[in-house]
Amino acid sequence: MARYALRRLLIAIPTLLAISFIIFALLDLAPSDPTANLPLTIPPEVREKIRLSLGMGEPFVVRYFKWLEQFMVNEPLNVLEQWTGWTIGDSENRLRVLSWATRSPVVDLIVERLPQTLWVVGMSYVIAVVIAVPIGVISAYRQYSLFDQIGTFISMLGFSIPTFFTGLLLIVIFSVWLGWLPSIYDTTHVVRDWDSFVFQVKQMIMPTMVLALANASQISRFMRASMLDNLTQDYVRTARAKGLRERVVVLTHVLRNSLIPVVTVIALGVPTIFGGAIITEQIFRVNGIGQLLIIGIEGADIPLVQTLTFIFAILIVLFNLIADLIYGMLDPRIRYD
Amino acid sequence: MSFDHAQPRETLVSVSGLSVHFPIYAGLIRRQVGTVRAVDGVTFDVARGETLGLVGESGCGKSTTGRAILRLVEATSGKILMAGQDIASLGAEPLRRMRPRMQMIFQDPHASLNPRMTVGSIIAEPLTEHGTLRGRARQRRVEELLDAVGLNPDFANRYPHEFSGGQRQRIGIARALALDPDFIVCDEPIAALDVSIQAQVVNLLEELQERLGLTYLFISHDLSMVRHIADRVAVMYLGKIIELATRDALYDAPKHPYTQALLSAVPIPNPRVEATRRHIILKGDVPSPANPPSGCRFRTRCPIAEARCAAEEPAWRKLEDGRHVACHFAT
Repeated sequence: MARYALRRLLIAIPTLLAISFIIFALLDLAPSDPTANLPLTIPPEVREKIRLSLGMGEPFVVRYFKWLEQFMVNEPLNVLEQWTGWTIGDSENRLRVLSWATRSPVVDLIVERLPQTLWVVGMSYVIAVVIAVPIGVISAYRQYSLFDQIGTFISMLGFSIPTFFTGLLLIVIFSVWLGWLPSIYDTTHVVRDWDSFVFQVKQMIMPTMVLALANASQISRFMRASMLDNLTQDYVRTARAKGLRERVVVLTHVLRNSLIPVVTVIALGVPTIFGGAIITEQIFRVNGIGQLLIIGIEGADIPLVQTLTFIFAILIVLFNLIADLIYGMLDPRIRYD
Repeated sequence: MSFDHAQPRETLVSVSGLSVHFPIYAGLIRRQVGTVRAVDGVTFDVARGETLGLVGESGCGKSTTGRAILRLVEATSGKILMAGQDIASLGAEPLRRMRPRMQMIFQDPHASLNPRMTVGSIIAEPLTEHGTLRGRARQRRVEELLDAVGLNPDFANRYPHEFSGGQRQRIGIARALALDPDFIVCDEPIAALDVSIQAQVVNLLEELQERLGLTYLFISHDLSMVRHIADRVAVMYLGKIIELATRDALYDAPKHPYTQALLSAVPIPNPRVEATRRHIILKGDVPSPANPPSGCRFRTRCPIAEARCAAEEPAWRKLEDGRHVACHFAT
């Protein structure tokens, strides 16, 4: 298994290099101008100088390799120095990936915003899994029962209604009409005591629930289908014939086998947590990664967009590998040799 | 083992009037529109230590009968007496406690073992659930069982997919034996195996029967194999048993026209005899168990059917030689 993981990681290097090049090329080909958002009073010559100062005068290939060096070499070295306190080489003049709009290092921006995203989006994913697995198990065990019919109906709603609709709907109901929950997520809020904790929970409820509904409806359908596949298997009859209690039959035999594909689906969904829920963060004003990406796109902040997109690509490649490895651990029939 | 004329032995399992009906649902609101009469009023006894063969073509209800006896499907009506207890009406917990006494060997050795459990834990699980064996003692019992079915005890840590079909069937047998059952339903235990492996598994079953005093209900469509292993044979057609006799009586002189047709389909390994002997070829298909024919169920394909067969269901009669037949004309 270790050898398999190593081989997959080695294969990931050319894959990621190709992805980074494609992202860079796409962003470069897109008609965008980082000075377009500046006041109209700035004359064209000055705009041109600004562009040159951002490095846009260099040829495409040079810019690509500069970014590559900054991201692949300089940023990791910088992280290493911050963790260990060492000084490696000429760390004063080492060029980091800078955001064009804010002039601060992109990685610092991401680190600033990651906690909000992890809290809101990550929590929604955890809630989604916690809700979806039991619902899937019960709906499959009692197929076509009232519980199953209602579960199917709600999943279809969660599937088909986009988050920008459910999000606004919740805001209208719970913030505007009832006034129970705040419609804006306050990032500066610090949890100090019980009251501030309650406030934190209150402001997290709506964004997490909107995302959890969408994720849970998907995962519960996978769970249900996988359970149904396994419930009719012969080994389940064997387990009953052994005289096991029904709980043991369902939870030990059926559930454990049914979880194999579902765990893979869950693992593959993890990168979307880091990607943030772009639309949901925007609706509830959560200043997380998703919102950062939108700001970057609007301001033609190419280094920011490039870096964020590339980090998503790394996470997707990584979690694909993790999903495969988990599959191999859960299912003894799969061998990676 | 001659059964019939010897003094009657103790009855271990007694099935009477067993029926299993499956509802058919259709339409928008899934209304019940009919029933599949998979098993329809089956009555027979199994004596301690004997092997009762249950034969019939695909879909005649023989597997469902076997499963219903062990309550792996729910019986619609009927009684299943085992050691004085009616299994058909037991509650969940008393039934669970009866499980160690009655076990099943399944048809498909590939699907009937949990792919995520090692062979050792598959066999040990019922011991944990019902037994008092713990730790080393349980381990030793698993090794003993693997050894009894002719497998290397070191295989306990492997997974089912690492074995061949015949080996997996042996694992299934070891699993069934784990709790020292009295009665084992063998549901086509050799149908999924290669011919060369079939004989090994059947010999193993016979050897275990002798050693452990097991009682088998041997379900099969392989008439030659049933002739080899069974003491008595029951023939099923469309959810009913139509003939039940000792092995020799049944194979030498079948009385029911369906049994005659079935037996004439068994090839004889002698080309000269095979070329000249009379084959009874049945016409048509097996009717649907959702809508069985009136009177005698076999009448639509029976070569000797008369008007009476459509009007009157043949009684389950005992003939002079002790066998039972459900045919108006059998003597």
